[in-house]
Amino acid sequence: MNTPFLQRRSLLAGGAATLVAPGIWTAPLPAAAQGAAGGTVVDITRARTDPIPIAIPAMAGIGGDGARLGQQIAAVITQNLRGSGLFRPVERAAFIQSAEQAAQTPRFQDWRVIGAVALVTGRVDATGDRLRVEFRLWDVIPEQQALGTVYNTTAANWRQIAHIISDDIYKRMLGEEGYFNTRIAYIAESGPRDRRTRRLAIMDQDGENNRFLTDGQFQALTPRFHPNAQQIAFMSYLNNQPRVFLFNLQTGRQEVLGNFGGMTLSPRFSPDGRSVVLSAVRGGDANIFVVDLASRRERQLTSAAGLDVSPCFSPDGQQIVFNSDRGGDQQLYVMDANGGSVRRISFGNGRYATPVWSPRGDLIAFTRISRGQFAIGVMRPDGSGERILSEGWAMESPTFAPNGRVLAFQRETPARDGRGAGYSARLSSIDIAGFNERPVPTPTDATEPSWSGLLG
Amino acid sequence: MAATKTLLAALAAASLLAACSSTEETAATGGAGGAGAIRPGSQEDLVANVGDRVFFDTDRSTIRADQRPTLERQARWMQQHSAVQVIVEGHADERGTREYNLALGQRRANAARDVLVANGVAGARIQTISYGKDRPDALGSNEEAWARNRRAVTVVR
Repeated sequence: MNTPFLQRRSLLAGGAATLVAPGIWTAPLPAAAQGAAGGTVVDITRARTDPIPIAIPAMAGIGGDGARLGQQIAAVITQNLRGSGLFRPVERAAFIQSAEQAAQTPRFQDWRVIGAVALVTGRVDATGDRLRVEFRLWDVIPEQQALGTVYNTTAANWRQIAHIISDDIYKRMLGEEGYFNTRIAYIAESGPRDRRTRRLAIMDQDGENNRFLTDGQFQALTPRFHPNAQQIAFMSYLNNQPRVFLFNLQTGRQEVLGNFGGMTLSPRFSPDGRSVVLSAVRGGDANIFVVDLASRRERQLTSAAGLDVSPCFSPDGQQIVFNSDRGGDQQLYVMDANGGSVRRISFGNGRYATPVWSPRGDLIAFTRISRGQFAIGVMRPDGSGERILSEGWAMESPTFAPNGRVLAFQRETPARDGRGAGYSARLSSIDIAGFNERPVPTPTDATEPSWSGLLG
Repeated sequence: MAATKTLLAALAAASLLAACSSTEETAATGGAGGAGAIRPGSQEDLVANVGDRVFFDTDRSTIRADQRPTLERQARWMQQHSAVQVIVEGHADERGTREYNLALGQRRANAARDVLVANGVAGARIQTISYGKDRPDALGSNEEAWARNRRAVTVVR
């Protein structure tokens, strides 16, 4: 979408330059101090782990605007890692060695005594439009360099570099992919509730670089990212005909998907990106269809009486979970991708809705409505092991970060009076272990987040 | 049970009054006409003399017995005004999830349309649309508001 030029080189081995994202180049940096990898990998499969103490001094400026960008890159890394709930950035006031000296040669003793087990250093050259960032991650206790990479790019990409470095640190320290170099699509809401403007919007996962993709003339709902993050499927009320559309982020074009002769809703791409599963209302029923994007051929998957909505593929593409009231009230069902072997999986107290399959395949997140309260929870694909992560007056639309470790969702607060005062809808994120719930900042009210895959 | 029914009737009346006085309805009929001058076959006429909406139970889209007379009056009114075309808008309250409520609103609109058709209105004169929970009529977060928002509203095109 942006990023004309970005290059990465590893500071560990002597490999050739590799393209890691459009316009981002990387290459290895030889280890500056003793030894190579080894060192700490923290097990986070347990529900809660003490956050890892990590020191992230400002990156040293070695040219042009480097000092200012070095500050900002370190600040974004700090915010990302703290926000995960799995790292505890050490207060800068406690630092003994200066950032400039640490970027030359870390004095591990100085970082060990302030409690850091990991240290992030870097040097930034920002001359003209060119940006060169040298990044190193150090294991403080064995006194080893754990990671070292040089990034060459344009100055406009500094934020993305900070997110990529955050993901590198997350992966090296925790042994699984991060989720910082990602975007969130959502519906931006404004105006009084009975005449609300709802626009398709997109932003970085930390709320930066917000863009509105539609002008609000027609209501937009239910955005869902394509696996390559270059397209969004959503529902638009264009010409008062609510139907599923595809929005191409590169061209800005939108097009209607399929011709079902009635309302279509709840689109979701298949994991291979080649088809969209959606719900179409005909007569008194809503049924699930899959549309092949190349041929635009549609195939009906469900035909039972009732409302079948919110279909979502398993990450291997073999199964689909969906929401149906065929049994009397809203429950979750799983079927084979061809529509066969339908079985109900939700059996707890209340109504269940908005199922979404984890990219890891091991969990399905859902909304539960029970005794006047809404909740976000997870269960295994066979319906066992149900856990509620967060409860409130109204919340829905969970979406998984690409590593399956974090969920974003919408949380609403009720109106205080008959004019709707006090009502709001905002985005939150939470660890799937049920801790570290925090707001995701948006410029307006926001609903229906959709988390992209990793961008680079 | 009787108490519930009385309450719902009162709610219906309240929402009709609200609709009469709203600027949106005035705009929909062209605004002019002067005080008291309701053009036959207009939205104002429908609201004032027939009733433009029916209400539903939570998560249901069946037309309740106490709501059916409103649709039967609408059907007679549409036969009197044979040029009138309408859109039936289906809505849900805020106590459900967005996607399910979109489908539920559509099913409610379809159910209301089916009664109009069964009472002699040509299906071609009736369009339907669902707004789910996204266009509430009552803006409070309470049972009374939710009852008013679970509705199908007939709107003259």
